[in-house]
Amino acid sequence: MELLDVSLVNWSRAQFTLTAMYHWIFVPLTLGLGIIQAIMETIYYRTGDEKWKKATKFWMTLFGVNFAIGVATGIILEFEFGTNWSNYSWFVGDIFGAPLAIEGILAFFLEATFISIMFFGWNKVGKGFHLTSTWLTIFGATLSAFWILVANAWMQHPVGMEFNPDTVRNEMVDFWAILSPFALNKFFHSVVSSWIVGSLFVLGVSAWFLIKKRETDFAKKSIKVAATFGLVASILTAVSGDGSAYNVAQEQPMKLAAMEGLYNGQKGAGLVAVGILNPDKKAYNDSVDPYLMNITIPKALSFLGYRDFNAFVPGINDILQGGYQTKDGVALSFAERNEKGKIAKKALADYKKAKADKDTVAAAQHKATLKENFDHFGYAYLDSPEQAIPNVPITFYSFHIMVTLGMYFIVLFALFTLLSYVKKYDVGKYKWLLWVALLSIPLGYVASQLGWLVAEVGRQPWAIQDLLPVNVSVSAIAAQSVKITSFLFLALFTTLLIAEIRIMLKQIKKGPHHE
Amino acid sequence: MFTYSFLQHYWWFIISLLGGILAFLLFVQGGQSMIFSLSKTEDERRLLVNVLGRKWEFTFTTLVTFGGAFFASFPLFYSTSFGGAYWVWMAILFCFVIQAVSYEFQSKPGNLLGKNTYRSFLFINGLLGTILIGAAIATFFTGSDFSVNKANIASEIGSPVISQWGNEWHGLEALLNLRNWFLGLAVFFLSRTLASLFFINRLNNENLEKSSRKALIINAIPFVVFFLAFVIWTLLAKGFAVDPATGEVSLVQYKYFFNLIELPVVLVLFLLGVVAVLGGIIWTILKPEFKKGIWLAGPGTIITVCSLLLIAGYNNTAYYPSATDLQSSLTIFNSSSSEFTLKAMTIVSILIPFVLAYIFYGWRSMEKKRTDIADINSDDHAY
Repeated sequence: MELLDVSLVNWSRAQFTLTAMYHWIFVPLTLGLGIIQAIMETIYYRTGDEKWKKATKFWMTLFGVNFAIGVATGIILEFEFGTNWSNYSWFVGDIFGAPLAIEGILAFFLEATFISIMFFGWNKVGKGFHLTSTWLTIFGATLSAFWILVANAWMQHPVGMEFNPDTVRNEMVDFWAILSPFALNKFFHSVVSSWIVGSLFVLGVSAWFLIKKRETDFAKKSIKVAATFGLVASILTAVSGDGSAYNVAQEQPMKLAAMEGLYNGQKGAGLVAVGILNPDKKAYNDSVDPYLMNITIPKALSFLGYRDFNAFVPGINDILQGGYQTKDGVALSFAERNEKGKIAKKALADYKKAKADKDTVAAAQHKATLKENFDHFGYAYLDSPEQAIPNVPITFYSFHIMVTLGMYFIVLFALFTLLSYVKKYDVGKYKWLLWVALLSIPLGYVASQLGWLVAEVGRQPWAIQDLLPVNVSVSAIAAQSVKITSFLFLALFTTLLIAEIRIMLKQIKKGPHHE
Repeated sequence: MFTYSFLQHYWWFIISLLGGILAFLLFVQGGQSMIFSLSKTEDERRLLVNVLGRKWEFTFTTLVTFGGAFFASFPLFYSTSFGGAYWVWMAILFCFVIQAVSYEFQSKPGNLLGKNTYRSFLFINGLLGTILIGAAIATFFTGSDFSVNKANIASEIGSPVISQWGNEWHGLEALLNLRNWFLGLAVFFLSRTLASLFFINRLNNENLEKSSRKALIINAIPFVVFFLAFVIWTLLAKGFAVDPATGEVSLVQYKYFFNLIELPVVLVLFLLGVVAVLGGIIWTILKPEFKKGIWLAGPGTIITVCSLLLIAGYNNTAYYPSATDLQSSLTIFNSSSSEFTLKAMTIVSILIPFVLAYIFYGWRSMEKKRTDIADINSDDHAY
């Protein structure tokens, strides 16, 4: 069923991907660097050591440059839900809009007020007030991340609502349910993994100073803070990442199967440690082996997904064919869900007609049918099982590279923490390691972006899990219009990104003593 | 007490209030459009940029919150207007994207485009941003070209999209309506008028104060002309009335005038607001030593714009009318969130006074004296 111009759906998706990925270049650094500069200012506040003030102000300048472009790229995302995804905005706006409004009221104003004091208030307010402002700025930024991530988590795991056939939308019935463990874990994982990006940035830039034999005292102080903070962050990321995988296994089994390239489920499933997918695998139900090679950790996937070494982990074929046991009963096949979805959709149309005809008996019947089948509503808009499968290679490789990088970060931060705290070592003497730190800056960004690819590509075709696919979520506009604005965004954001990087490099070269 | 109808009215009031605050804070945009014309030297330009640069985020944040609050409380507006009047909203967004980096980037070495390009971005934001926002808000009174059919999503034939725009111009057609232009230009000149008053109040610089006082007269006159033209036309024009019993929308002559008469509190607020704005302007023009005009005209703007938006949505009026399909017009009843969501949001809104209090405290602590060039030169984070 080709409901809307495919090119409109694809361009709308491309634009959202483009703008979201650009925005996410800047957000993690804001969240991570914001905490690091606040820690440094706290040390300055406690010790009165001017060197810490210099260090704080240096990182704060870079924070400011990054923050500005983060704001610029962020405004698009909020309004894009309306401009490009208008059906989505109505279908779930009753729930999705609230976190966005709360984000504005509670978080953005906090940031806007105190960031001004943080930047311009050094000589205008007391030390304590300034420090409080620095912490409130990053608290505001983190609070803002909280609400938007709650909103995102709800799209992946819609809870706390009921469908109202009169208004043809989902309506909130339980606000606290929206703050689900799924949402809290997503927030925690996204924020602590962003702290890694900030830590890698400070570590890498400080390493550059040591390589250049400049600002050594400042650089060592910064490395000590960044390495310690990065180590804590990377361990917390691993812990919350495990929580994420568990939640995905419970609520989005298709995404988990794609993350692992698992086509045929099994009890005691192994976790792919290293693997290369077979490009000849063209269809989910062909007999081609999905891997060219893979090394698995026995039973680990079952344990990570279900906390049971022998649990059954469904593969893509199982999910499409159904028939296996889940926590809610026997899983339905794609065909069954598709059928139920069509029944729900027809019941909605019949209900609207019965209401218009003032036939209350028929309306009640159709409403009951709709309610009974609504969990599968979105399947009515899918034509074939293939449409229910996300892009496996993107999801698989994104997940595995992200996890590998995550483990690498733990080792890197542990090494630098050791070198920073044990007096017999001088971190400045390990030049090769300093180069490794410098070259690792982009890896933090890569891991962070890959995390979002896993989350967002892995949940396709759904805008709202099981309820609304992306091809029914878009606005009724010409594909050409979205194409034009996409290229405009691409050109503008790329120009601004280049400008940002150049400014950052110049500021770094100037060093903290020019602050 | 918290009936569904009360909550819908309450949230329309919040939206109107945010709209009023946004209109006031657009003085930042007005100021940006005058950076080049008010100043003679680079020092003066830098001073103007920096006093505005300590405020721009509030305007930006208010715009984002205005959008977020609209989404949460009246999602059908969000999906109909943003998805329909696509080009107008996109143009507004572009204006604000280029603003967001321009303060921070303009004086930093390596900024790729050069200082004047970023200042031109600020100018564009000040010029187009204000006119387009004004024109977009004017359509609340003049109507747009769209239809809404919630059953579309379950339709077996045709597009499943609930809100459909009626023409390929997707919002740009609003610029063919003279009344939309009147409000757009009124907002533009208002923002420059408020900016002049802000500079007079904030700056410790004789030349800039002098040129701001000149600019105040030059901008206040067209502002009053365009504002009165829009208001008088609107009060005399047909408005989009809703039958409270059936929900049917019809055109009623003098509807917005009747709304003012039938809502005496709003009428008083509107008149108070207009008097405060005019009082702030006239007093500043007549008394060369008077510098607090912004404290009259600013709150006056908030109250006036809030009142105008209240008469667009209250008293059984369609606040986002469809001129081509009257029955698709959006009212605060047919486009709002559910009672539960509005109630939850109402609880959150209790925190708004707290937010306003810390904003006020923050501003006060940073602005104990007027700003001069020496202040900017001694600030190592200055733009």
